Amino acid sequence: MKFLSYFRPGDWLTLLLGATLTLWLAANLWSQAKPQKVLIRSGGHLFAEARLDQTQHIRVPGPLGESVVEIQKGRVRVAADPSPRQLCVKQGWLLHVGDAALCLPNQLSVELAGVARRYDALNY
Amino acid sequence: MLINFYIEPDDHRIAKLAAAALGLTLLEAAIPSPLPGVKPGLANIITLVVLMRFGWRSAAWVTILRVMAGSLLLGTFLSPTFVLSLGGAIVSLAMLALAQTLPARWFGTVTLSILAALAHFAGQLAVVYFWLIPHAGIAYLIPIFAGAALLFGTLNGLAAAALLARLSRTPASPCVTA
Repeated sequence: MKFLSYFRPGDWLTLLLGATLTLWLAANLWSQAKPQKVLIRSGGHLFAEARLDQTQHIRVPGPLGESVVEIQKGRVRVAADPSPRQLCVKQGWLLHVGDAALCLPNQLSVELAGVARRYDALNY
Repeated sequence: MLINFYIEPDDHRIAKLAAAALGLTLLEAAIPSPLPGVKPGLANIITLVVLMRFGWRSAAWVTILRVMAGSLLLGTFLSPTFVLSLGGAIVSLAMLALAQTLPARWFGTVTLSILAALAHFAGQLAVVYFWLIPHAGIAYLIPIFAGAALLFGTLNGLAAAALLARLSRTPASPCVTA
């Protein structure tokens, strides 16, 4: 392999550092932040803030009746809700930071939050 | 008032080398790229050879002339493409000024080329972020660009080393393409 003779010892070091930098960038920029907790709001107020590492059901009273928020390992859903169209129930499991389910008739919102809060929307 | 321009042998040499770099730029423009901005940067082989044989000043002249004339020929003069190209060139020249102080016994053209390629990409990214697309979303492209800079930096560095090895066996000529 003739082209290998063009490498000097330090060049390998540079190549290694460059590869490390690239992999580090990929690991940091391409990884999805894991959701840390779930924020449950009812009637515009924070009703409960729960961690995601244990299975539990949280009952949330609203103007129409009681909604049930189900938490499993790392994910959350609205298991039952008295709203007529059942939109937030049909939305299923929320998995990523920023995902949210809204049950407007019963004034309930469920949102996954990470370490850093992301924006809903950006405007220029 | 009469102004005299004296043309030194240096000027001829820089013009010829810039023309060689220009040829590579045009050649490269014909190569399709999967992602805008990811390209081999073949003209940097000339920059590296000039740097090693004639010093940083000549390398800077050749590079800036290549960017200017290349943009005129490709019709991108003063367009965002041109600013990206110039920004990358300036930052990578600054990096080369620093990198050439590394001990030559240990660090060859491959190191210079990789550092220049990464600096070029960082300079372009700065232009993109602060001027063209001020959105954090471009962060997703950073690893791709860094990987491309690493790959093409290494290949260009090897090409420059091979060229320099050949040139050192022949007597110094004003034109490296001879």
